[in-house]
Amino acid sequence: MIKLKRFLSYLFLSVVSFISIFPLVWMAISATNKSVDVTRGTMIPGGYLFENFKNLLATQNVGAAMMNSFKYAIALTVLSLAICSLAGYGFEIFHDKGKDTVMSVILLAMMVPFAATLIPLFQMMSKLKLLNSALGFVLPTISTPFLIMLFRQSARSFPHDIIEAARLDGLNEFQIFYKMFFPTMRSTYAAAMTITFMNAWNAYLWPKVIMTDKLSITMPMLVANLREGYVTDYGMMMLAVLLCSIPTVIIFFVLQKSFAEGITGAVK
Amino acid sequence: MKKKMLLSKKQNLMGWVFLAPAALLICWMSFYPMVKALFLSFQTGKGAALTWAGLYNYKRLFQDMVFKQSLFNTFLYLLIQVPIMLILALILASMLNNKQLRFKGLFRTMIFLPCATSLVAYSLIFRSLFAVDGFINSVLVGLGILKTGYNFLGYPNSARAVIIIALIWRWTGYNMVFYLSGLQNIEYSVYEAAKIDGASPFQTFWKITCPLLKPTILLTAIMSTNGTLQLFDESVNLTYGGPANASVTMSHYIYDTSFKFVPNFGYSAAMSYVILVLVAVLAFIQMKVGDKRD
Repeated sequence: MIKLKRFLSYLFLSVVSFISIFPLVWMAISATNKSVDVTRGTMIPGGYLFENFKNLLATQNVGAAMMNSFKYAIALTVLSLAICSLAGYGFEIFHDKGKDTVMSVILLAMMVPFAATLIPLFQMMSKLKLLNSALGFVLPTISTPFLIMLFRQSARSFPHDIIEAARLDGLNEFQIFYKMFFPTMRSTYAAAMTITFMNAWNAYLWPKVIMTDKLSITMPMLVANLREGYVTDYGMMMLAVLLCSIPTVIIFFVLQKSFAEGITGAVK
Repeated sequence: MKKKMLLSKKQNLMGWVFLAPAALLICWMSFYPMVKALFLSFQTGKGAALTWAGLYNYKRLFQDMVFKQSLFNTFLYLLIQVPIMLILALILASMLNNKQLRFKGLFRTMIFLPCATSLVAYSLIFRSLFAVDGFINSVLVGLGILKTGYNFLGYPNSARAVIIIALIWRWTGYNMVFYLSGLQNIEYSVYEAAKIDGASPFQTFWKITCPLLKPTILLTAIMSTNGTLQLFDESVNLTYGGPANASVTMSHYIYDTSFKFVPNFGYSAAMSYVILVLVAVLAFIQMKVGDKRD
């Protein structure tokens, strides 16, 4: 009976795991096949990868889109982590009635759906001449209530004795922040980095709205453009999907563990 | 004494310096546009030529069949997909929390992996998988279940079903990781005690895991509701909102009315306010329900 139960739970987990990775494996294999073979349902890697690559480079400016995606995502991640961790630290370490009120107002911003601010944001960006710019891409999402909350939560476990001791040693508040808090909260930073980088890399609606110039488009936009023709070249499209997924998959594998540790602090 | 007072005042001020950039950015990039959108929603016109129209846009919403369809679809996705996904994530998390289980890390990584793909990417993968001449149909025909390929994306119900399947695939692992983290804060001895007392796995799940994970469940429920009400990428890239707007979401329709068709920012703003109110109401209900069971 127990053996059967154990067998069933392994079976269930295996099936779910298989379903989870199958579409990704299929995508990677399809990138190496001709369009007709992809639709025929081949599960054998073919020798068409190079050809797909050539076709993709000939029809789309992949280099520019990759560069843009990296530029936007790195800029957003650096700025977002810096500004939100400062704020989260500030809210927790120096908390008083006034700051707690500000925090609850900021949490309200979490309820504001992006669609509700989309049109005014677009108008603001075009007035500020920030369409097609990295700054225009990052501005709306540098400061997010979620990250501020994450860092505030982690600052809660940061011992006050250390701060007092550092103050007596003559460190100023900013020095305490980047010499003491920053190095000890690595896993929180890693979790925040994973979330922010992935969100930035995968963003679609906002860049679709403000990146009106062909040379400013991001990888997800390029991938979406590939489906717009009458005949879809599935092999080429899956190669583009693969290229678009590689950076986030790498980040995922490198930071997976710290991500889990980082959010453990947050859901306490 | 006086020096200490001064010091704490200085620190209080430092606190404001720490949080000012983030707080100001949120006001500028979130609250200010929100107020602007409210004013916009009372105006009408094409492009930048807007005139005051009172409640005209809101009245128009009630006659707009596409808007009603998008509202219906969004709620359908919300009511079917979110519960299935969260329950599945909870079951998976509690299975992976078992200390005797082997290959735990491997299972967790594989189930979490779909989160690493971008929304546009997985939408296109699912579009290709479910195409008339796509992989799923080839397999079904090959196995003799179907005679010819079924046009999954060509019929309203199956198109919506594909979106729901795709959403469950993409987000279950994400929520599972939140639950796993939450479970780590529960003492494992509680489970051992339950086992000694003769509780079945099912009882343990309902009587221990669920109540102790309540804050995390609430968090994921709010996040998923929020996300589902704002669905965009899947509707645009997986089904193109079709067939004939049968699977279109609210954000997709808002995008179309402001950037694809002749821009009508006032009308789009009115629609976006409907989403805003819905998100707020649902979050409020969820928090109330979450509080009650205390």
